Amino acid sequence: MSDIQLSPSEMARYARHIAIPEFNVEGQRKLKGAKVLVIGSGGLGSPLLLYLAAAGIGRLGIVDFDVVDESNLQRQVLFTVDDVGKPKADTAAERLRKLNPHIDIRVHNTRFTSENALDLVAQYDVVADGTDNFPTRYLVNDACVLAGKTNVYASIFRFEGQVSVFNYPLEDGSRGPNYRDLFPEPPPPGLVPNCAEGGVLGVLPGIIGSLQASEVIKVITGVGDPLTGRLFLFDAASFTTRILKVAKNPATRIEELIDYELFCGIQPDEEIAVPEIQVSELKTWIDRGADFQLIDVREAYEYDIANLGGTLIPLGTIAERAKQIDRNKKVVIHCRSGKRSADAIRELQHLYQFDNLYNLKGGILAWSKEIDQSVPTY
Amino acid sequence: MAKIIIPTPLRKFTDNQSTFETSGRTVREAIQELTTQHQGLSQHLLDVNDNIRSFIRIYIGDEDINALQKDATAVEADTVISIVPAIAGGAI
Repeated sequence: MSDIQLSPSEMARYARHIAIPEFNVEGQRKLKGAKVLVIGSGGLGSPLLLYLAAAGIGRLGIVDFDVVDESNLQRQVLFTVDDVGKPKADTAAERLRKLNPHIDIRVHNTRFTSENALDLVAQYDVVADGTDNFPTRYLVNDACVLAGKTNVYASIFRFEGQVSVFNYPLEDGSRGPNYRDLFPEPPPPGLVPNCAEGGVLGVLPGIIGSLQASEVIKVITGVGDPLTGRLFLFDAASFTTRILKVAKNPATRIEELIDYELFCGIQPDEEIAVPEIQVSELKTWIDRGADFQLIDVREAYEYDIANLGGTLIPLGTIAERAKQIDRNKKVVIHCRSGKRSADAIRELQHLYQFDNLYNLKGGILAWSKEIDQSVPTY
Repeated sequence: MAKIIIPTPLRKFTDNQSTFETSGRTVREAIQELTTQHQGLSQHLLDVNDNIRSFIRIYIGDEDINALQKDATAVEADTVISIVPAIAGGAI
């Protein structure tokens, strides 16, 4: 570490770190010498990246393939209104370079996959998992275990957050527990809350992502006791915290990267295609007064935000209310983006052999974008 | 009575209640009482053989029941049982 020097400008910038006795110049040098890969620059990634950049991590990698959406701004504080539609990783890098010109920021504007995971992880010392889905979480975990990297983990749902430090090097040369020791398998897709049932208090990733950043800094500097072998839980609604023990599971075996979509029970889209209709075609049907039924499978609160006048049958009730769906004319089913309505059609086809159902491609979002911009998006 | 803390993703099956009081004397009895009263929870907590699902951990205090006597672990009047599910974030 002694070959890494801090310039006078850096010494001034990091003065409040250097003033902490157990941190000192040595701790700051360790941060400068460290390479951290942050996977996901969304809710968790925003505070993570902001604090890690501000703290002076020498090389900060950002993996994200997504673009900024207006609905991100409620919690993803890296981005502004002007950034909507722009790639997240590039936009984040631009913001962080203004925050700290002393650090090297690498943009990986790509999806984190089984094909590139090991290559990406190998370029860094520590990984911070700020992703938002089970397949990527297991992939991040397994890649870290195979590459021998510490995985600083956090996850959020509504008012609740989890934090842990996985695969941390222990004094005896072994590694601490990893995500699969805690949760050997993911829930099947049917038991995972869908996008409308999900949701998150905007400030929650700010709290949890900041704790994650703190653990990254502790792992790098060796200051304090990292959260290895423990799982931190926070419930903002009741303001309760718990720290639970996590043990290694002798049955855990990670030998290679696998197909994580398959592992999580997610079938490729092409195998489960349903008949579709474009928003432009639906507009034509409406204009010419065609006889068809329009069903909206979103939740009531979403209907209140924006609707196309369809009959509201939330996805969770579609099977029991199938009798309300007409079998003698074409039926267009829609949701916000087209995902839940496709699930509804598959369920109705499977349970009741409907053959007259059409999924509105892109949902009410596409309608708002292409047909009627007065329809609010959310 | 012992208390079970219900995590956010499962509260839709408990009429939004965040805790459940139980007189069960073991973890198994406590979970049975919970799933009998809130039947929708059953498939989320238990597999077809009535074992705790692999994406759910059950804790007594800060100890995983797998490090104790699993679902035979004794429950006292002041025991706090936590159900801890895997959560991934916002996307599906």
